[in-house]
Amino acid sequence: MKYGFTLAALVAASAAHADPLTIYAPDYFASEWGPGPAIKAAFEAECDCEIEYVTGDLLPRILLEGERTKADVAIGFNSDVTKKARETGLFAPHGLDLSPLTLPLEWTDDTFLPFNWSYTAFVYDNTKIKNPPTSFHDLVNSDENWSIAIQDPRTSISGLALVLWGKEVFGDDAKAEWAKLAPKVTTVTKGWSEAYGLFTDGEVDMVLSYTTSPAYHIIAEEDATKSAALFDEGHYFMVELAAKLKGTDQPELADAFMAFILSPTFQNIIPTANWSYPAALPRDQWPDAFSELNYPEKAIFLNEDEADALRDEAIAEWRTAFSQ
Amino acid sequence: MAHRVFAIRLWPGLIAAALVAALSLGTLGVVALRAESFSTLSKFDWMAVRFTVVQALISAGLSVILAVPVARGLARRDFYGRRLLITLLGAPFILPTIVAILGLTAVFGKTGFVSIALNWAGLEPISIYGFHGVILAHVFFNLPLATRLLLQGWGAIPSERFRLAASLNFSPRDMFRHIEGPMLKEIMPGAFAVIFLICTTSFAVALTFGGGPKATTVELAIYEAFRYDFNLGKASLLALIQVVICAVAAFVSLKFRVPQVGGAGLDRPVQRFDVHKLSARGVDLFWIMMVSLFLLLPLLAIVLRGAYGVFDLPISVWSAALRSLVTALGSAALAIILSLSLSLSALRWRWLEGIGMTAIAASPLVMGTGLYIVLFAVADPADWALFITALVNAVMSLPFILRAIGPALATTERTYGRLSDSLGLMGWTRVRLVLWPRLRGPVGFSAGLAAALSMGDLGVIALFARPDSATLPLQIYRLMGSYRMDQAMGASLLLLGLSLALFYIFDLWGRRRA
Amino acid sequence: MLEFRNLRLTQGDFTLTADFQVPKGARVAVIGPSGAGKSTLLSLIGGFEAPDDGDILWRGKPFGLSAPFERPISHLFQDNTLFAHMTAAQNVGLGLRPSLRLSKSEQSAVSEALRAVGLEGLETRRPGALSGGQQSRVALARVLVQQKPLILLDEPFSALGPAMRHEMIDLAKEVSERLGATMLMVTHDVSDVDRFADLVIWVEGGTCQPPRPWAEMKADPPQGLLDYIGT
Repeated sequence: MKYGFTLAALVAASAAHADPLTIYAPDYFASEWGPGPAIKAAFEAECDCEIEYVTGDLLPRILLEGERTKADVAIGFNSDVTKKARETGLFAPHGLDLSPLTLPLEWTDDTFLPFNWSYTAFVYDNTKIKNPPTSFHDLVNSDENWSIAIQDPRTSISGLALVLWGKEVFGDDAKAEWAKLAPKVTTVTKGWSEAYGLFTDGEVDMVLSYTTSPAYHIIAEEDATKSAALFDEGHYFMVELAAKLKGTDQPELADAFMAFILSPTFQNIIPTANWSYPAALPRDQWPDAFSELNYPEKAIFLNEDEADALRDEAIAEWRTAFSQ
Repeated sequence: MAHRVFAIRLWPGLIAAALVAALSLGTLGVVALRAESFSTLSKFDWMAVRFTVVQALISAGLSVILAVPVARGLARRDFYGRRLLITLLGAPFILPTIVAILGLTAVFGKTGFVSIALNWAGLEPISIYGFHGVILAHVFFNLPLATRLLLQGWGAIPSERFRLAASLNFSPRDMFRHIEGPMLKEIMPGAFAVIFLICTTSFAVALTFGGGPKATTVELAIYEAFRYDFNLGKASLLALIQVVICAVAAFVSLKFRVPQVGGAGLDRPVQRFDVHKLSARGVDLFWIMMVSLFLLLPLLAIVLRGAYGVFDLPISVWSAALRSLVTALGSAALAIILSLSLSLSALRWRWLEGIGMTAIAASPLVMGTGLYIVLFAVADPADWALFITALVNAVMSLPFILRAIGPALATTERTYGRLSDSLGLMGWTRVRLVLWPRLRGPVGFSAGLAAALSMGDLGVIALFARPDSATLPLQIYRLMGSYRMDQAMGASLLLLGLSLALFYIFDLWGRRRA
Repeated sequence: MLEFRNLRLTQGDFTLTADFQVPKGARVAVIGPSGAGKSTLLSLIGGFEAPDDGDILWRGKPFGLSAPFERPISHLFQDNTLFAHMTAAQNVGLGLRPSLRLSKSEQSAVSEALRAVGLEGLETRRPGALSGGQQSRVALARVLVQQKPLILLDEPFSALGPAMRHEMIDLAKEVSERLGATMLMVTHDVSDVDRFADLVIWVEGGTCQPPRPWAEMKADPPQGLLDYIGT
């Protein structure tokens, strides 16, 4: 395996690195309840080196720091914003073989490497809602009085995914369809946390989240009351990515880490630490609860150029429809 | 008095003013310089400006008007636990927004206490989400401050006036027209201006309770420009507009006398002779109870929601709490040093106090980013995270603190200025022997306020922190981001308790006689 | 001795003038109708206000623009003459050293002064716990320790009852004798003047008349004085 070879070369070629590998990651990733610590422990055990996480807003921080950034690796990008990241020219190709990837669609990007993914979906309380919507059209047009919380696409990555999803499904009718949805939306929050908090408090029946959200409740809380509504039109595919910085002062370590991402060790940590589907692990190796989740048949995906081009229009339409 | 040797040296005040100006306006400049281009503002942005101003005007107006009967009730009545109630009533002001949103929805939301009660009574539940929701939330946050400001005004009416009123057999209308009314007329505009300024920088609360993008404030637009467009030019332009709005309001407020906050008048109600009529009692009781319910029920909801999770908290949350405490204490110390320096020098040059007030116009996001840009050029910003948090929070609490310390300082100078001059009490000795003992009340209140506000800060730290050096609000945010809502609410309860305790302890220290 | 040389101060439509001398060791009462300028005169001597013209000289040396504490003056104000948050001993101690870091001998000087004014044993009391008369005594004790050659009193005992006031004035006289100081006191009560003063400065409409012996003035009073006293 290329990974093993690189690692062996690394270990053979040098003693323990004095400088840590600096990984920039979002808050949730590196917090003790995220996948960060486990990944750190696993990698450090194998490479005989040290990882240091730096948390905060990922992209803005790197953009602010520019070429003088201290990051060696940046993990936690979302595909809807990678265009801007790519344009900085700060990231280097990872040079890895992508055949281990188990994504539902093909991925050929040579710079941004997926490490986990999920589908945007509306999560509902299955004790309160017996007839969940079965399609986006159903959600919008139904006369059930569902109360929904969504996130604002201008401030939240999941909110952005929602409007791109809606735009793809409804096309030119998007604005009218959003207007139909608006009365059912109780409120729009700044971020995912606030919205999900409202949902778990029972304030709303449905919340915009991910198909993998129920897994947390099932596994950690032994609570089977939360389900994701499956839509016929398909769900928006959200993938999280990592990339190596061109200006890294630890190129071998960085390469080793990138390769490590695709390794079973890393991938097995993901499901119950980041509550997402692993990007390079076959479905039969997922934890039971994950394989039993409602799983969309169809993935809707916009690559970074398409997402970027559509973004302003999609947000503006949503905003106008919701402002009435 | 041109020949007077000025009793206190001016340079600490000038340094403090320079620091505040650098942090509130300088950071804006730094961000603007970093910008690559300056687009013009879209029609959506101007909608945001309009919404910001309108909701702030209404929120401030309602807060101040509602505060009148409450403050009057509190001023007239003495009862067991009065002081505790006054402190508790201050809690919403220092609550972190994340915690407050959930508390408010627990009471006023679709499935909250109020809706359940309305349902039970056979009435239609009212939705909190909408323009009125924004106003409700803002009144929740600011009514405590308004009440406290007005209460100060009531406490400042000399008791002789009430005796005179009694001897002239004033009816309640006369009382209002001749005594209370003039006091309110003097105080309300200043209180209104302060609360207006606070409401203009609101963001997450406005969005959530506004129910949708119609409720976009300038601060949200700045956030969007920053984090998602990464359009520094637009962000700084919007921040500049916010500064202008606030500068206009602050300028108008300078025309009015804003009452002193945190002085001794809260201790005992002024003796009055018109208060024993049953109708007066009833009115006071009604208002005190209604407002107490309004402000305390959401707090109660937070307590209930969090009580379950608070015993389940991992060590890292407790160590984050400790870190937050230390930072809060540092922030309080910085705030006092800055405000004392500014106030002392402002006795000579009034405009220095104006500079201290500019901090209220600054967007914490812009401040944090500007600082980050500057620091990154010379050091590792994460090393400075806690210090920066303490500093930025100290600067942002200055506008309130200056309103507490400034008037008290002026009074002390008026009372003891001559005596001190004649005895040769100058410089540090003057501060130590005369000013500090007399300023204990406002200083205690200010330190408590700064500490409590700093505890709840989430804005600046987000850009700077390391994973292992998180503060308590950041841990709450991380817990929420990992689905752990119960623990997040438990940690929120811890945050609420610590913030209130800090405030109470400092305030109590200040109110004890020296 | 205290000399006023072409002193002039204009405030609004009011102008104060003084041009005379006060002999050393004199006890001078400053009297006149309300608003005449008595307190302003003391304010100028004390250094809290600056004249537009002219100067005040002490022993031949002009005060110029020197600060209040640089002048050889002790003050007793009408109110706020003591710090409410300090004890009697501390208030007196300030007369010796503003930093209140007193040496042993200074501390005993404070006790001695308090004893001299009849407040032995009350060193640790705060002004709030002292009667009006006792507060005046503390202030006089401070004057004692300051040992300044010029003492200014601006209606210091006006809040006290007649008997107490007389007692205080006697005490003030005693203090000034002990220190050999020159004393100027503003007062509204003519009986105080009888009791206390050798000389009287009559102030009316801003004009400060040169000091005259009280007996002489009573025999040949200016018109304003007659109106003021209301014989």
